[in-house]
Amino acid sequence: MTSKLWRRGRMGLLPLIASAALSGCARAHFELLEPAGDIGAQERSLILLSLGIMLCVVIPVIILTLVFAWRYRASNTRATYAPNWSHSNAIEAVVWSIPCVIVLFLAVLVWNTTHKLDPYRPLDSKVKPVRVEVIAMNWKWLFIYPDYGIATVNQLPIPTNTPINFMITSDGIMNSFFIPQLGSQVYAMAGMQTQLHLIANKPGSYAGLSSAFSGPGFSDMHFQAVAMSPDKFAAWTRRARSAPAALDGSSLAQLERPSIKVPPATYGRLSPGLFEGIVNQFMAGRMSQTALMTATPPCAPNGHASRRVD
Amino acid sequence: MFGKLTLDAVPWDQPIIMGTGVVVALGGLAVLGLITYFGKWKYLWTEWLTSVDHKKIGVMYFILGIVMLLRGFADAIMMRTQQAMAANDAAGYLPPHHYDQIFTAHGTIMIFFVATPFILGLMNVVTPLQIGARDVAFPFVNSLGLWLSVMGGALVMISMWVGDFSATGWVAYPPLSELKFSPTTGVDYYIWALELSGLGTTLAGVNFIVTILRMRAPGMKLMMMPVFTWTALITNILIVAVFPVLTVTLALLGLDRTLGMHFFTNERGGNAMMYINLIWVWGHPEVYILILPLFGAFSEIIPTFSSKPLFGYTSMVYATCAIGLLSFFVYLHHFFTMGSGANVNAFFGIMTTIISIPTGVKLFNWLFTMYRGRIRFHSATLWTIGFMITFAVGGMTGVLLAVPGADFVLHNSLFLVAHFHNVIIGGVVFGSFAGMTFWFPKVFGFTLNEFWGKVSFWCWLVGYWLAFTPLYILGFKGMARRMNHYDHADWQPYLLVALVGACFIGAGILSTLIQLAVSIRDRKKNRDLTGDPWDARSLEWSTASPTPFYNYAHVPQITSIEQHWEDKQTGRAGVMPATFEDIHMPRNTGAGLIMSVFGFLLCFSIVWHMWLFAAAGLLGMIGTFLARAYNRDIDYYVPAATVERMEAERHALLQKAA
Repeated sequence: MTSKLWRRGRMGLLPLIASAALSGCARAHFELLEPAGDIGAQERSLILLSLGIMLCVVIPVIILTLVFAWRYRASNTRATYAPNWSHSNAIEAVVWSIPCVIVLFLAVLVWNTTHKLDPYRPLDSKVKPVRVEVIAMNWKWLFIYPDYGIATVNQLPIPTNTPINFMITSDGIMNSFFIPQLGSQVYAMAGMQTQLHLIANKPGSYAGLSSAFSGPGFSDMHFQAVAMSPDKFAAWTRRARSAPAALDGSSLAQLERPSIKVPPATYGRLSPGLFEGIVNQFMAGRMSQTALMTATPPCAPNGHASRRVD
Repeated sequence: MFGKLTLDAVPWDQPIIMGTGVVVALGGLAVLGLITYFGKWKYLWTEWLTSVDHKKIGVMYFILGIVMLLRGFADAIMMRTQQAMAANDAAGYLPPHHYDQIFTAHGTIMIFFVATPFILGLMNVVTPLQIGARDVAFPFVNSLGLWLSVMGGALVMISMWVGDFSATGWVAYPPLSELKFSPTTGVDYYIWALELSGLGTTLAGVNFIVTILRMRAPGMKLMMMPVFTWTALITNILIVAVFPVLTVTLALLGLDRTLGMHFFTNERGGNAMMYINLIWVWGHPEVYILILPLFGAFSEIIPTFSSKPLFGYTSMVYATCAIGLLSFFVYLHHFFTMGSGANVNAFFGIMTTIISIPTGVKLFNWLFTMYRGRIRFHSATLWTIGFMITFAVGGMTGVLLAVPGADFVLHNSLFLVAHFHNVIIGGVVFGSFAGMTFWFPKVFGFTLNEFWGKVSFWCWLVGYWLAFTPLYILGFKGMARRMNHYDHADWQPYLLVALVGACFIGAGILSTLIQLAVSIRDRKKNRDLTGDPWDARSLEWSTASPTPFYNYAHVPQITSIEQHWEDKQTGRAGVMPATFEDIHMPRNTGAGLIMSVFGFLLCFSIVWHMWLFAAAGLLGMIGTFLARAYNRDIDYYVPAATVERMEAERHALLQKAA
């Protein structure tokens, strides 16, 4: 399948999204520096702050290296020469304490931001989150919206200013689910479920990708995350529910076959428990899928019921 | 009998591979023909292939490193060309299956068969000389380690023409590297090449720990060891601690693939996360294994060319030990995005920032060694200054990646690729070339050509910055690593600049080859008669260049950290001893080479499931080892008269130089 088909697919299926993509904003030049969501914005600030602190030492070190090298060149006999000088408690104290101070500052920063930006931490918001189940497949992304009974392939419409709770797994090979302009990435691993909480604050179309190499089709494993106002999103879900295709055992088996450049698709109906079925597919013989589903709720709104990988 | 191996395993239809094969075969034939023409087979066998002399083994490690650098660089320039071409989803000229093997081979080769041989080569040449020993503790094991590494490299090379190589990335994460997703022999080649060379590296580690701890000249307390020897000691402790982890981890993956087990598979309770943890338990200390000896080399070069002792020796030693210890507590920063809890991520993030403290101290100490010195801008000095500036930036981007919140967006991007090339090229490669230039005369008796050395330095420095600054920027533009093609047209200009940078690096490598050729041609002109061409400071410069095979006529008495400098100040340097004694030396042996050839047969046969040959290889290894173990004729004495004659010749040259 060609990329032309890919584009036609998007236009045909989602005219609204396409217009949002075109009108929203042009493609960013430096995705990480032009975040479209709060998580990404915090991460940008963190990067700039950390870099700034470290540059306070790195730039002087570079300058000093060049200055010392030039000033104490052998031909400059006017410079002081101390052929036996090799120790100074004062300088030792300074050179140990400068990195210590910087690292102390960074350590506090790391501790606080790592907790604040923990991908598993639900976002603080009054708006009810939208849940999305993400399944990395060879080589495409399947997104299930359990609250709406719809699913998509290689396109991720989301409402703006609404926390999105991602539950992530893989059908086989490990991938990493990443939308650079929205922020953090998290691995998608078979037989396991990871979590990620993101939010888009600006409408627009953002490139999404797998950033962990996953075999020959890896380079084509990208999608568009399209953020739109909650009203438009609601309208989209209504339209999507009327899409004729259903995601059930047979269409899932179709998707599970390795393929590349799969055009975006929408499924208007879902068989229940698809995501849990994929997460638990390697547990056959230990506990039946239904037993497992009744034992733990598939995913609680706050995400705490599902197991962490740590 | 031949297992899975058939004639179809050779990729006859791949013009690039078969063309390379023809060139390599012709080159190999030419070399063999020249050796035969000049009647050098006996010389090659007795003086090099069977040698247990640590200096010659060091040189052979360097030759391995340089040969494999050419292959690794060929991979690099192919990748850069592919990415420069493949914008707007263009196919470029390398299909994914070929491209994926190339980036895997590039990483594997550069780490295991370029950087590792370079540091082992330097440690082999320098360490026994610096501690006043006549050889390493276990000379046969040293030879065995070298040839195991060579055979590992040979296995990677042969995978190009017989079968294929791993296409999983250089750390071969499962489940991609499991049989289900990588059914060809590529990953098996990867596993068994690293089992062979990893065994060689582990043996080297044991050898050097014993050598350094037990064979120092009388008077050399631990806190009087030169800093290079200190870094070598810590590096080898790390090697012994973590290389077995690599060996076992890859063996488990091999069991999954060969015997159908389930350590890391998706099915039947396997757990890929276990592999990822284990491989980085080895992998992070590994980067310090690579960089520490070069920190040591810079710590010898800067004082020498600044004509001043190293600033803060004690600090340097403690910083080295601290880095060695802390290197075990940072490995999880390679997978912050695997879903660990915030406490775990924060712990490993903070530990990683802490490791930058001793590293930063080292940088400051080198800086204050230059302060109030008389700096001579030899090419070794240029490599060092280039390193200090480049590495400062690489260290900074490393600490940035250690901040989990930043890593969540920078992980697996080209920013990461730029970071580790920044420290490996700026640190390991610059350091290896600096060390090679610095210690070359000690082994060969003549100095390297300065002009081509400086050309090489400038090409590498400019090339590094041109090739990797665009990758840092592309990381901020959201470009993942290992992409075969991409639909973002605005990435292409950066990748074109990176390609130009790679060409500069290629010119740097070419300059080094020219430098070696020109230096060998002018070897009479560049002859070093003094044994101390740089007016240097540590013990190794007190003996002749080239160093006699027994290193020191008398085991030196150590009274100073800078023994040779002190001897020069007090007039004790270069004094002909009055009496001589017999010297106890190890005999050469071919057992290391023969065992390794059997090891190659064993591993190649496992790759192709040729069980009969595998059994033959294993039995051959065991048999050769037993034969060696029962051989009692492994050492001899050099008569005092021979030593006296050689020393007299040397002192005559010294007189001539003075």
